[in-house]
Amino acid sequence: MTEAAIELAGVNKWFGEFHVLKDINLTVAQGERVVICGPSGSGKSTVVRCINRLETHEQGLIRVDGIELRDDAASIRAIRAEVGMVFQQFNLFPHLTVLENVMLGPVKARGLKRAEAEARARKYLERVRIPEQADKRPAQLSGGQQQRVAIARSLAMEPRIMLFDEPTSALDPEMISEVLEVMVELAEEGMTMIVVTHEMGFARRVADKMVFMDAGEIVETGTPAEFFSAPKSERCRTFLDQILSH
Amino acid sequence: MRPWALLLVLPLLLGGCGSSSGWGWYVIDPTTEGGWTNVRFLIAGYPSTIYISLLAAAISIVLGLVVSLPGLSSRRWLRWINRIYIEFIRSIPLLPMIFWVYFGLPLLLKGSWVEFPLDPFWAGVIALALSDSAFTSEIFRAGIQSIGRGQTEAAQTIGLTYFQTMRYVILPQAIRRILPPLANQFIYIVKMSALVSVIGLQELTRRANDLNTTEYRALEIYTFLIVEYLVLVLIISQAVRWLERRMGSDERR
Ligand SMILES: Nc1ncnc2c1ncn2[C@@H]1O[C@H](COP(=O)(O)OP(=O)(O)OP(=O)(O)O)[C@@H](O)[C@H]1O
Ligand SMILES: [Mg+2]
Repeated sequence: MTEAAIELAGVNKWFGEFHVLKDINLTVAQGERVVICGPSGSGKSTVVRCINRLETHEQGLIRVDGIELRDDAASIRAIRAEVGMVFQQFNLFPHLTVLENVMLGPVKARGLKRAEAEARARKYLERVRIPEQADKRPAQLSGGQQQRVAIARSLAMEPRIMLFDEPTSALDPEMISEVLEVMVELAEEGMTMIVVTHEMGFARRVADKMVFMDAGEIVETGTPAEFFSAPKSERCRTFLDQILSH
Repeated sequence: MRPWALLLVLPLLLGGCGSSSGWGWYVIDPTTEGGWTNVRFLIAGYPSTIYISLLAAAISIVLGLVVSLPGLSSRRWLRWINRIYIEFIRSIPLLPMIFWVYFGLPLLLKGSWVEFPLDPFWAGVIALALSDSAFTSEIFRAGIQSIGRGQTEAAQTIGLTYFQTMRYVILPQAIRRILPPLANQFIYIVKMSALVSVIGLQELTRRANDLNTTEYRALEIYTFLIVEYLVLVLIISQAVRWLERRMGSDERR
């Protein structure tokens, strides 16, 4: 059996007194696409951010590609090298051009030569279909374009796993599909993905596994077919009714 | 260009009340030989004042940046180091600091491997830089904190180290907010460098004092001294404004 891409076992986390993650168990196989949904404040972002150590977990085990995530800088560095992340707010570097945004990681973190890094950056800008914007600043692009640059910036590090935290929530409706299309392509190429999103059309299309969270717990997991047609828990049913009704 | 108008008005103002209150401008009248010699003597303080200020500012900036970083840490004990340094340095008046560095530090270091002779110039540089670093570090901290957390997080996820994140992501953005208050600090250093005259550095103020002890024309000499600082500070302000404009125009956001 091949090793799981991501493994969370008994993960607990507190923000001060507040128990934000309660005994989280989740396994993501290589190439698997997992969609996490749930009401606001349920801890979706926190789970995802724990996986690449933007947040620390207090209890439990997190393992990425067989590497256990611990306090030491070496394991954190090793895991971040495997994991790319896309944020709701894009978080592009506003003082750099699009091309420089995508090149920065390969040059500084991977030590690539500038020419190599530029070729790689252009390749991924091509993938997200904005090669012609390479010399602009992020602020000159639309939200959808910015988010695609952010995806290219992550892909340029050639990660084996991609984390998406509500990548389309900050976008105007007409730009959502251009970002989702890029993500669907990525899924079809076999990328291991965890996606926090309320785009249920996207979830139906690409998810291998649905995860529903509420109040810091994983309440329900299942295939999209089970999940959408026959949610087991009352909380999940209520949630789905709410987001699917509008 | 308005600040320069001040310079034009000042001599008129002072000259106007000249005769009645006993002005004796001859002492620095460049058209007479004695006056010209005195003017040259006073102006010759500029290099010392400028060099000591530039060096102190450069060291203070580096020191301030280094001290600001633990202040931004999530670890409490690191933030403590930052707080203690700032509170401590900030509470020492500059004059005692100069005395301590000039007279005290060499004794402290005597016999150790860093033993070195401290002339008034370097003592002044060290005292000014130390004293100022508490303020520059707060300027850096505020500037760095003004850049959202998302920038650091994005840099971390593409594998940049802490120092790479600072160097390539945070500081280039923060610098535009840091520069104006840093320029203010520089003007402050220029003015405070006058205190180094007490340990004998031949900068602007010391020279004015020395000339006054032979000429007894306090009013004219110290007026001239004030104008010397005014000119210097105005030049710095103009330079900073030019720099800000340049940085503003090549960065569209
Ligand atoms: N740094 C923090 N300090 C204290 N509490 C926090 C912090 N970050 C998040 N929280 C709290 O933890 C809870 C879970 O936050 P999280 O961002 O993971 O929720 P989420 O499911 O992603 O919600 P949303 O859909 O609004 O993004 C929330 O109640 C939030 O207020
Ligand atoms: Mg969230």
